[in-house]
Amino acid sequence: MTDVLLRDPAHLVSRRARAYWLVRALPGWLLIGGVLTAVLVGAGWSTPVTGSIVWTAIGLAVLHLVVMPWWRFRVHRWEVTDTAVYTQSGWFDQERRIAPIARVQTVDIERGPFEQLFGLANVTVTTASARGPLKIHALDRGTAEHIVAWLTERAQTAGGDGT
Amino acid sequence: MSTAVPTAPPPVEEAEWQRLSPRMLFIHPVIEIGRALPALAGLFIAGTSHGSPWPGLIGTVVVVALSLTRWFTTRLRITPQQVQLRHGLVRRKSIATARDRIRTVDVTSHLLHRVLGLARVVIGTGSNDRHGGGRLILDGLTLDAATRLRDDLLHRPPIEGTAPAPAVTPGDVELARLDTRWIRYAPFTLSGVVTGLVIWGFYWRLAGEGGVDLARVGPLHAVVHALRAMPTGQRVTVVTLGLVIFVAVTSTVGYVLAFWNFRLIRHPGGTLQVTRGLITTRATSIERRRLVGATISEPLPLRAVGAARVVAVATGLRTGRGAERGGEVLLPPAPLATGVALVRRVLDGTSAATGPLRPHGAAARRRRLVRGVLPGVLLSAVLGVVWAAGGPAWPLAVSGALVLVGLALGVDRAAALAHGRDDGYLVTRGGSLVRRRSVLAEGAIIGWNLRSTFFQRRLGLVSLEATTAAGRQGYHVTDVPAAEATAIVGAISPDLLEQFRSAPPAT
Repeated sequence: MTDVLLRDPAHLVSRRARAYWLVRALPGWLLIGGVLTAVLVGAGWSTPVTGSIVWTAIGLAVLHLVVMPWWRFRVHRWEVTDTAVYTQSGWFDQERRIAPIARVQTVDIERGPFEQLFGLANVTVTTASARGPLKIHALDRGTAEHIVAWLTERAQTAGGDGT
Repeated sequence: MSTAVPTAPPPVEEAEWQRLSPRMLFIHPVIEIGRALPALAGLFIAGTSHGSPWPGLIGTVVVVALSLTRWFTTRLRITPQQVQLRHGLVRRKSIATARDRIRTVDVTSHLLHRVLGLARVVIGTGSNDRHGGGRLILDGLTLDAATRLRDDLLHRPPIEGTAPAPAVTPGDVELARLDTRWIRYAPFTLSGVVTGLVIWGFYWRLAGEGGVDLARVGPLHAVVHALRAMPTGQRVTVVTLGLVIFVAVTSTVGYVLAFWNFRLIRHPGGTLQVTRGLITTRATSIERRRLVGATISEPLPLRAVGAARVVAVATGLRTGRGAERGGEVLLPPAPLATGVALVRRVLDGTSAATGPLRPHGAAARRRRLVRGVLPGVLLSAVLGVVWAAGGPAWPLAVSGALVLVGLALGVDRAAALAHGRDDGYLVTRGGSLVRRRSVLAEGAIIGWNLRSTFFQRRLGLVSLEATTAAGRQGYHVTDVPAAEATAIVGAISPDLLEQFRSAPPAT
């Protein structure tokens, strides 16, 4: 048997996704920074130990903010064919999901504040399995609406109750 | 924006709205008072300490009045197309379920229900059952009406008799029945631990809301006092022994309560019916076409004594923790061989329950070992530094023991990991604390998730998950070599894989 492997899904997500992921990760780090500052000021600054804690936190934050969006952008991909949806997501941990369009139950578009800031949208495709939703993050708005229209039309012609 | 793809059932409204049985007017107050008992007890005690029983009495009246509104506000209607339920006092809710979406019907009678000849019918409809969303609960039909409704909904000719466990009519096949010798496995289910925690929780709520410290009153006071008087070693022995006996006894009682009169029968139409229970009786029906597989589950203590339980994999059945609460038990803890034989019979003689499986290879085995040992090793490293810096030595000894336990777990998990395809079923196996062998019909698989962490990718492994609308919703083939995972997907869903494969099809 020859080794057959899955290829990547065909399409990248929006180019603005990197900036979006960067900005979305900021509040978390700001919170950590704030809590850390409060604790350290409370404990009294400038022992060697507190210094190393601060530098470690800053180092991790910079590493995460620089590496994560770029890495994610290389991983996050999607593809919709006549009969199937195929997504790839994650960065350190990655996941690929495949589902046939005939088993699709709902298609959602969701735009939170961060998505609106960058003109992006997330698409969620659910099947009858609670373990099976396929999510495509950080799509251009137009692309997202296009995908939803396509999937809704295809799923209706496929029929059945999806289980 | 949300687009629901399937079309809604057509509204055909001819049948009349009806109420549940008025006998529920006796049941609701008792149940609600039982629920509010710690708070009410607190009110009474707080009131009498001020010389007045009124706070407690008023509280009780409010609880009773609120409980009665449930009957007055609930209406149901059964049309040829739908089952509809309306309830709620302030927030009116209306739920409708199309008949052709009904997967399972579960008829339960608690003690009070049985005294009054009532039953509670739970209608399962599929995808959202796991979160309680898609279920329709008709609490308080007469037994007669409940059984008729069940037979009607599942398209079977009605059977005579009013008990939730109907008499075996000609053509029914009994697949399993409780063997009283199985009760010896009951202590190993450890279900008594949950009972213990519930009692513990009740104790704390009573202390918190009622202000009653049970350790200061009655026989418990004497016990606490006697324990305090003992030397430490003896105290530990006595407490441990007491807990072991408590868990063994309550587990056994729990087993008998849940599985007394257990019977699994197959009706001529293929519908399976599970009836069981000593005080609360329960009858669950599963249509054959909804039953897409089974799981043989062996928690470690049960595995040690050669026992297992069997759980149905069916669309429309809840999968909760603890086999007693879900409606999906096909066999209570019983000898493993009995379980395996039952899966074979239930799934039309398939060999998938017994057939040989493919282990996942050296890389998967190493990963299980590393993951088992790693937490203990990291902890030992930290504690080693602490010890070297002048800390105590005993935490290091504990973490050393943890490494050994982790190693044993890792070895056992590695030995369990395997998968196979047999007779149109995907078979997965894994786990140590709870080892599960799941058999899932390939036709019931909806899609595939392939997950890989950074470290898995370096080892060339992925964790494959087959998603389905039944049972646990997803069945895992953990740490399988990437090419093999693709091969499984390709073999079961060739059309899906074909469009996304990297290599040209082999000729």
